[in-house]
Amino acid sequence: MGVVARRRAADVASKILMGIATAVGVFFLLWIIWTTLRFGISGMHWDLFTKDTPPPGTDEFGLRNAFVGSLILLAVSLSIGVPIGLMAGTWLAEYGFRGRTANAVRFINDIMLSAPSIEIGLFAYAIMVGPMGHFSAAAGGVALAILMIPIIVRTTDEMLGLIGSDMREAAIALGAPVWVVVTKVTWKAARAGILTGILIALARVTGETAPLLFTALNDQFFSTGLLRPIANIPVVIYQFALSPYANWQQMAWAAAFITVLFVLVLSLVARSVLGKVQVPK
Amino acid sequence: MNGPEAVLRVSAGPVPEKPKAVRRSSPSRLSADFLFHKAAVFAAFLAAATLFATVIAITYDSWPSIQTFGVWGFLKSSEWNPVTQTFGAFPFIVGTLISSAIAMSLGVPVSFGIAVFITEIAPAWIKKPVAGAIELLAAIPSIVYGLWGLLVFAPVFAEIEPWITRNLGAIPGIGPLFHGPPMGIGMLTAGIILAIMVLPYISSIMRDVFLVVPSSLRESAYALGSTTWEVAWHIVLPYTRSAVIGAIFLGLGRALGETMAVTFVIGNSNVLSSSLLMPGATIPSVLANEFTEATTMLYRSSLIYLGLILIAVTLTVQSFAVLLIRRLGRSQGASA
Repeated sequence: MGVVARRRAADVASKILMGIATAVGVFFLLWIIWTTLRFGISGMHWDLFTKDTPPPGTDEFGLRNAFVGSLILLAVSLSIGVPIGLMAGTWLAEYGFRGRTANAVRFINDIMLSAPSIEIGLFAYAIMVGPMGHFSAAAGGVALAILMIPIIVRTTDEMLGLIGSDMREAAIALGAPVWVVVTKVTWKAARAGILTGILIALARVTGETAPLLFTALNDQFFSTGLLRPIANIPVVIYQFALSPYANWQQMAWAAAFITVLFVLVLSLVARSVLGKVQVPK
Repeated sequence: MNGPEAVLRVSAGPVPEKPKAVRRSSPSRLSADFLFHKAAVFAAFLAAATLFATVIAITYDSWPSIQTFGVWGFLKSSEWNPVTQTFGAFPFIVGTLISSAIAMSLGVPVSFGIAVFITEIAPAWIKKPVAGAIELLAAIPSIVYGLWGLLVFAPVFAEIEPWITRNLGAIPGIGPLFHGPPMGIGMLTAGIILAIMVLPYISSIMRDVFLVVPSSLRESAYALGSTTWEVAWHIVLPYTRSAVIGAIFLGLGRALGETMAVTFVIGNSNVLSSSLLMPGATIPSVLANEFTEATTMLYRSSLIYLGLILIAVTLTVQSFAVLLIRRLGRSQGASA
């Protein structure tokens, strides 16, 4: 085989292999989504939303306490994570700029961005569950907030960085103090991007299970108290999937289906919001 | 605002607004500015300090176990026995490394293939949906990977395992790695699912940095008669080498710390096995599995000690990843 033929053959072979690699990735995505859809829909039951998790051995359905618990956990984590993430990102973009300190914070934030969530769970356990002496929804919310913050910090920093300096200068020239410039001009100009970051952060923590095993744990009953363990969808999926009861496994699939649906919708909304971001030049 | 009301509103003329008082000289302006600045500084400090606080808190909680078993003793001991209160990390460290090694050896080539396919080969109309689909893999929660892995993938994989044993098991040297009962769960299953999970992380960074390669370089190579593969392998890859290694490290960090998916499919055996088809355990999986059952202080502290080892490893891996990925951006400067 001549050199040209050999190079051409290598090229064709590599293109086929690359195509197969991509097909493998897409195949697994479709497979996972398809099974979640199939088992999830067949596990759908009206009682899931109106009744609490049944005791083992019965053939009842119910996830109300877990849905409410998950919503509470997400609300707690948003109310902690958004202000801190937003302000930290604002500091980086509006005060820290490209300075040494700001870059150090960005570096640490990038590491936190992909820190294993189980370690964050251990941290929340150490600072909250240990001292308080029991598992609690508040500790779960804090763990999820810590997972959210790096995402919000990074997108806020990047999105504010896209705003041209002329807008800031114009506002300052009109006599606006810095905090007004930031809140009324730059935040406003970058709001679509910042919102995207918050949505992505929310999507990321929605299915997080590992940190909740060390913090919020689970509760068979309905509760809304922040200072006691709380039922939540991810831990229910974990416990029910490994149980021998058919109805519990079905409920695990139904819960997984709703979680995936929620996360995918959030991701798609985030992407469409980001698509509308206009970069002011 | 397009109905008749809008017309009415417009015809009524602009509502004269009371001009807002401009508090130019009031002291509150200064203090609001001051407070806003300090709040931002505090938030940034909190965000950064969490990393150090995490390491300190985990070290503090694992102190009883560190004192009892020492560092080297804990690392090399294979005994994990809650009854006798003796704990050693060796099987879990090895399990974590093996499952991640499987994930990397399968995931890196596939990720590279996906990134090259999207940036160099795919026609424009297919690029966006394919890239979006691969990114959606990252959006699926790990608990769902676990559920799917245990209840759907493992039974299918159990059918394939006898074939693996027949073919790969016959290879001298590595053959014994592929002997064992076809259970569907075990170290190899965990590695395969981890490989799927790291695909979106590695391939999306590779894709992003491949796009940074100046088109003049690409076009020059094509003008000299290079094939697509030669451009990808000899031009694009060397140009982005550091960031590609960074992307691999980032994926490795994810694989090392992944908890739920692994816990579901690895089989959770605290005894090290010579076969990849046998159950095993990783540091995160044993943490997720045994933490709530850990009744004594030393047991719980030893589990957290495992977490300390894991965080030391992942932080190192991720620091390298971030530095390597950033290096490309810096060398590119403004043109990136």
